[in-house]
Amino acid sequence: MAVEQASPAGSPADSSDLHARRLAGLDALELGGSGSGGRAGRVWGRLWPMVVAVGIVLAIWQVVVWSGRWPEYVFAGPAETFGKLGERLSTPEYWQAVAVTMRRAVTGFAVSVLVGLAVGALVSRVGVLRAAFGSLITGLQTMPSIAWFPLAILLFGLTESAITFVVVLGAAPSIANGLITGVDYTSPTLLRAGHVLGFRRLQLYRHVILPASLPSFLAGLKQGWAFAWRSLMAGELVVIIAHQSSLGERLYYDRELADSAGLLATMIVILIIGIGVDLLFETADTTLRRRWGLERVRD
Amino acid sequence: MTTPLTERAAGRTEGDRPAIRLDGVSKTYGQGRNGLPALDNVSLSVRPGEFVSLLGASGCGKSTLLSLVAGLDRPTAGRIDTQGRKIAMMFQEPALFPWLTVSANVEMALRVQGVAGKERRDRAAEFLEIVHLGGFGAKRPHELSGGMRQRVSLARALAQDADVLLMDEPFGALDAMTRDLLHDELERIWQKRGLSVLFVTHNVREAVRLGDRVVLLSSRPGRVAEEFPVGIDRPRVIDSPRVATLAAAITDRLRQEVLRHGR
Repeated sequence: MAVEQASPAGSPADSSDLHARRLAGLDALELGGSGSGGRAGRVWGRLWPMVVAVGIVLAIWQVVVWSGRWPEYVFAGPAETFGKLGERLSTPEYWQAVAVTMRRAVTGFAVSVLVGLAVGALVSRVGVLRAAFGSLITGLQTMPSIAWFPLAILLFGLTESAITFVVVLGAAPSIANGLITGVDYTSPTLLRAGHVLGFRRLQLYRHVILPASLPSFLAGLKQGWAFAWRSLMAGELVVIIAHQSSLGERLYYDRELADSAGLLATMIVILIIGIGVDLLFETADTTLRRRWGLERVRD
Repeated sequence: MTTPLTERAAGRTEGDRPAIRLDGVSKTYGQGRNGLPALDNVSLSVRPGEFVSLLGASGCGKSTLLSLVAGLDRPTAGRIDTQGRKIAMMFQEPALFPWLTVSANVEMALRVQGVAGKERRDRAAEFLEIVHLGGFGAKRPHELSGGMRQRVSLARALAQDADVLLMDEPFGALDAMTRDLLHDELERIWQKRGLSVLFVTHNVREAVRLGDRVVLLSSRPGRVAEEFPVGIDRPRVIDSPRVATLAAAITDRLRQEVLRHGR
């Protein structure tokens, strides 16, 4: 009885206007406000734990040096190492070595992405290929990259091709696997939606499946980079090319010359480059998650 | 007992041939003795411009039926005739693409039809306007509430320019107030565009609120148990006594169906 009065009264125009206003009201309520802390605050919040961690590591390092377990010319302390690092960074030769290593890393990673994309796309699309190569790709990931070098050197000699070959073998499987996993775990709901919209086969692949597998592909890229970087360092220690100074080669000669501080300084450079690139992928991942609304719940 | 055909666009309602026609449709999952029958000999038709609510307890194969009509799956036996009509579908989840903006999601429906560039954007904006989301085109789906996402999904379905709209419990996950508003919204759009709608739900009042006809399916396997014409004038109110009375009668019948499985 009373409920009947709740029905929209008046002319149709009035009622549709009222309806629109009710919807707008509800929308505004449901969206609420989105508070966000200051940018500086967020950066500091992420930065200080890292600063503390680095501090702790440096302290432990110093304590080990002071304990006298190894003489200083075998295991240099932080002060001496960072002094050496500063010294090296001020010579153009060292920067050239860094450049050579980075060039190899970028080339190797780029080839890995191409190979990984092609293999991943084919294997995820074609059932026979998946049955044949699916587990092989996963198996390749478990193969330590250093074990490829004897073969690579036989095939390509002591050349950059040998290094690239091993870097690609290390990184491409991860990238391919990332894509395959992404395709496999494309939400069935989105597939159905795409199908109902009229997308078929290649169009469905291009407009629905590939974009949907982007987060997994990105994770594959990140893992692929880690493998590529490790393989590259192994490669540069083993395959030393004359007149082509690189970070791995520096490491090798520092050990030969028992230059402990120089060796540790180069290791720090290698670590920082690895972390830096990893951070790039992390940023890409976070941006993607934010845009997709997949942000992890903070508790 | 008459349906208000007068308010609808005339273009899509001409002709007496059903917009959707199912003839003895059966669907069995699996094979042989282990086969699980989901639908058994279902015959059903939806007239052009008609709004049919499909009601049933869980396990009656409502969603299976919609998947078959949408062409997402094939029937084991029987015939489904949609006379080549274009079919749009809405799911219980909004099923929006998270990598696209709200506008781009709607544009996906136009992209298939080969509409390009600025025209595509303009038309997507029009469809968003229809569901009262004109200013939200640049947002991402996750920035909207559940009800708003479902409206984007409706806008996307409308953008397909289909004659038939299949809806699989589209408002099932929404709160009562949002749902009521979306009922009004859907009724308005359906009348204006002369769509033929097959609306699946397990909510009896919702079925009565929206449908010209309520088709009750029995469970395991799904069969048409009974059909109820809804002779209540539109616009209807879900809490009105007339809706409640008919809903109570249908609920009784539904209980009998459920009881058959109690033993």
